[in-house]
Amino acid sequence: MSTLPPDNKPLKAKDFATDQDVRWCPGCGDYSILKQVQTVMAELGLDKDKVAVISGIGCSSRFPYYMDTYGMHSIHGRAPAIATGLRIANPDLSIWMITGDGDGLSIGGNHLLHILRRNVNLNIMLFNNQIYGLTKGQYSPTSEVNKRTKSTPMGSLDNPVNPLAFALGAGATFVARSMDRDPKHLKAMLHRSNDYHGTSLLEIYQNCNIFNDGAFFAFTDRETKMANGIFLEQGQPLVFGLNSELGIRLDGYKPKVVDLEKDKVSKDDLWIHDEADLFKAQILTRFFDDPNNKSGEYFPRPFGVLYNEEKPAYEDLLHAQLDLAIEQKGKGDLDALLAGKSTWEIE
Amino acid sequence: MSNTTVELKEEITIKFAGDSGDGMQLTGTLFTNNTALLGNDLATFPDFPAEIRAPVGTVPGVSGFQLHFGSKQIFTPGDDFDVLVAMNSAALKTNLDRVKERGTLIINEDGFDKKNLRLAKYPNGENPLDGDNLDNYEVFKMNITKLTRTCLAESPLGTKEKDRCKNMFVLGFLLWRYSRNIDSVVNFLKTKFGNKPDILEANLKTLKAGYHYGDTTETFTTTYKVKEAPMEKGTYRNIMGNQAVCIGLVAASQKSGLPLFYGSYPITPASDILHTLASYKNFGVRTFQAEDEIAAACSAVGAAYGGNLAITGTSGPGLALKGEAIGLAMMLELPMVILNIQRGGPSTGLPTKTEQSDLLMAMYGRNGESPMPVVAANSPKDAFEAAFEACRIAIEHMVPVLFLSDGYIANGAEPWKFPKSADLPKINAKFSPPKETDDETPYLPYDRNENLVREWALPGTKGLAHRIGGLEKEHGTGNVSYDPANHEFMVKTRQAKVDKIAEFIPDQAIELGQNQGDLLILGWGSTHGVIQSVTNELLNEGYKVANAHIRYLNPFPKNLEALMSNYKKVLIPEINNGQLSKIIREKFLLEVVQYNKIQGVPISSAELKHFAKEILD
Ligand SMILES: Cc1ncc(C[n+]2csc(CCOP(=O)(O)OP(=O)(O)O)c2C)c(N)n1
Ligand code: SF4
Ligand SMILES: [Mg+2]
Repeated sequence: MSTLPPDNKPLKAKDFATDQDVRWCPGCGDYSILKQVQTVMAELGLDKDKVAVISGIGCSSRFPYYMDTYGMHSIHGRAPAIATGLRIANPDLSIWMITGDGDGLSIGGNHLLHILRRNVNLNIMLFNNQIYGLTKGQYSPTSEVNKRTKSTPMGSLDNPVNPLAFALGAGATFVARSMDRDPKHLKAMLHRSNDYHGTSLLEIYQNCNIFNDGAFFAFTDRETKMANGIFLEQGQPLVFGLNSELGIRLDGYKPKVVDLEKDKVSKDDLWIHDEADLFKAQILTRFFDDPNNKSGEYFPRPFGVLYNEEKPAYEDLLHAQLDLAIEQKGKGDLDALLAGKSTWEIE
Repeated sequence: MSNTTVELKEEITIKFAGDSGDGMQLTGTLFTNNTALLGNDLATFPDFPAEIRAPVGTVPGVSGFQLHFGSKQIFTPGDDFDVLVAMNSAALKTNLDRVKERGTLIINEDGFDKKNLRLAKYPNGENPLDGDNLDNYEVFKMNITKLTRTCLAESPLGTKEKDRCKNMFVLGFLLWRYSRNIDSVVNFLKTKFGNKPDILEANLKTLKAGYHYGDTTETFTTTYKVKEAPMEKGTYRNIMGNQAVCIGLVAASQKSGLPLFYGSYPITPASDILHTLASYKNFGVRTFQAEDEIAAACSAVGAAYGGNLAITGTSGPGLALKGEAIGLAMMLELPMVILNIQRGGPSTGLPTKTEQSDLLMAMYGRNGESPMPVVAANSPKDAFEAAFEACRIAIEHMVPVLFLSDGYIANGAEPWKFPKSADLPKINAKFSPPKETDDETPYLPYDRNENLVREWALPGTKGLAHRIGGLEKEHGTGNVSYDPANHEFMVKTRQAKVDKIAEFIPDQAIELGQNQGDLLILGWGSTHGVIQSVTNELLNEGYKVANAHIRYLNPFPKNLEALMSNYKKVLIPEINNGQLSKIIREKFLLEVVQYNKIQGVPISSAELKHFAKEILD
């Protein structure tokens, strides 16, 4: 429903841009994400009148103002609930929800949990910059321990949340990760998110060059990217390393990093990625080691689709119940409702 | 009927009280239905235990049902009881202080054995039925449990199931005592237990046994009769407040052509609205049990954005949580109705008790300058119209509206001469029409009509793509604007838009009494019944009083100030610490007399009348 009728000219990426000045800091990772989203929407042939972008509050949540679609910049943390209401009211729109690590995992953590388990059909983009950007640089729930910020001058004390492990724990049905600095990968992930019918959660590592510059450098830098991350592909073995020399093997339920040459392991014996396997996905989300503090065995951070399970979307089930009720009881009759089950006459 | 005499009564208040398991709610309801069929006017109020499964036989486990009926107009479920049915000692202990002097006690003696007395915590197991404790009352003791068991001696049911029939004995007895027949109850039982013949048989048998008991025992020399009340001709039904709200919302959905969306999080006493609407799926009603009140309110904002008639409902603590989302709806200028079924506060307060203490929160409880229309129901049946009106104002003025009811209205019931759907007004939603893409003029989402109302632009409409949000917007375009003058302009515009609604609501009416006089009793919400009843009595006694009850609390009806100025004094009774009084004083610089009761229970006619007379004399 959301694509253009055949007689209309397909739109270009710039057709999805508004005339509003973009107010992110120069060099912010949000620019790249905006561009890829506009590009993907054009590639998908979406009709901009059938797209709604719903966000919370934060730098990232300014996103709707820059998209020439329907959009709502709502209140801090509550975009999942608003998007759910909109989705129930309108099953046909293409809905994209924007949230940040503070918006989605701190103030709005509860709503994120529940939209994931409900499996409402929409695409969530979680802009993770491991900092509160808009409020000028306090640590966030995804910041590493001992982070020094204005609100934590002696270092933060709390352990960071692992967003994708949280998502699977909540019962998420589509979980993926990408980054602002890899447009090609990001576009591919946006396509996958859009193709999924249900809640797709795409975590995007995003650089806040003002308050947390280089937080993801180890994953985004050309030099170190392949050593610190692993790019998942359905049906392919888990291989990483600067020269693709390393792999992951599953020993029972325990993952092991192996050196293909030294350990004489063939690629066929490696863990073969299967997006549909929840248990494997749960292990993958636990690949959460700090690339800047390697000690002992280091598991590379996974990028790509970690988990993808076909499940009916919440609003489809909800509308099916409405249809069933009409089938069983007949279409509601207001006069019968007004009269109720028993009446009497006063003559 | 041997030598009984029939005595006429104008009005009677009966309280049915027993353990939660004694079936008093059903007994009360069936007796009420029978009363309605006879053409009496009536009002009822249930009184549930606060605990879900309070121990059997204890004071916290007592469940009650109060019925006030008469051959004259009935305004409230009644103050004190003419008759108390007490199925056990805890029920007597809980209710005795509200039985009128010389009132009647109908007592199940089997509920006063040692164990029951201990559970009800009578000191030293002392039996209140012994001695002269009850000398001021007319007491009828019956061994209802034993009598029920005896009459069911041949039934194949187990003792527990037999005992469950004992409420039918009481019901049968009362039907006899009030000169009724048992037909309506027989019909009810036949439908309810049609496929359980043993249970049906046992209930019918016990019902009849109770009915004949009065006749045969000769203890009872008098039966009573209450004649028809002068009610308006027409077809009636019984209606509870929360039920009326639900029907009002469905009616508004049909009359506006908008699908109904209800997002809510369970909370007493609002939960029944969620339950009821969830059973209206064949009316296309979408109910969403959200993870909390914030999400519930936000889901409604989303549904409103998507073009539904969006409602969120809660009670006090939940309204506190919804504040930010309501403010968003106000900024977005989307229609939405927030139901607040008030209970005793602050904080968790008195969940099962009634109060009117959220009026100020409804009026002002949001950050920034956030004016919002407030509409309040004044009785169970009025909740239908008030809910419908809240929806009309929301949709036709593109604004979130706060609807206030309370626990007393929510669970109370009264006869309702319900309308026909064809007689309900249409509600006009104004959607922005699609725009051709070659039309170069920009779409202005915050363009307003002469009533300062913007149009509703549904996502998905061709050519109208635009962004809205909680940041201050520029007049017309809706673009984000930090311009100082624009902000002030927008604040004033949103206020003016709400103020203008006064032109689209009825004038405030005087209900009873003349248009001028010594005293105006002014109220809002669930004090309606008691105010009317007191005004009526004072008028009969020759006082120059009148009463007016405000449904539209923001904006007020245009004539309110002028109307109040025709009385020497204005008295405002409220179940709070004086919230409407505060608003009236502030707005009209008018000195009002306030009467406040903050005990989780309604104001009684006796106390209000007493207070009013002190002012008048
Ligand atoms: C109710 C409420 N509390 C606090 C704020 C202030 N606030 C705005 S954005 C934000 C944090 C944003 O962090 P994040 O979600 O990570 O977004 P980013 O700016 O990093 O993109 C906070 C605390 C607010 N707008 N509303
Ligand atoms: S503060 Fe950081 S996240 Fe926000 S716009 Fe600037 S660079 Fe981007
Ligand atoms: Mg952030």
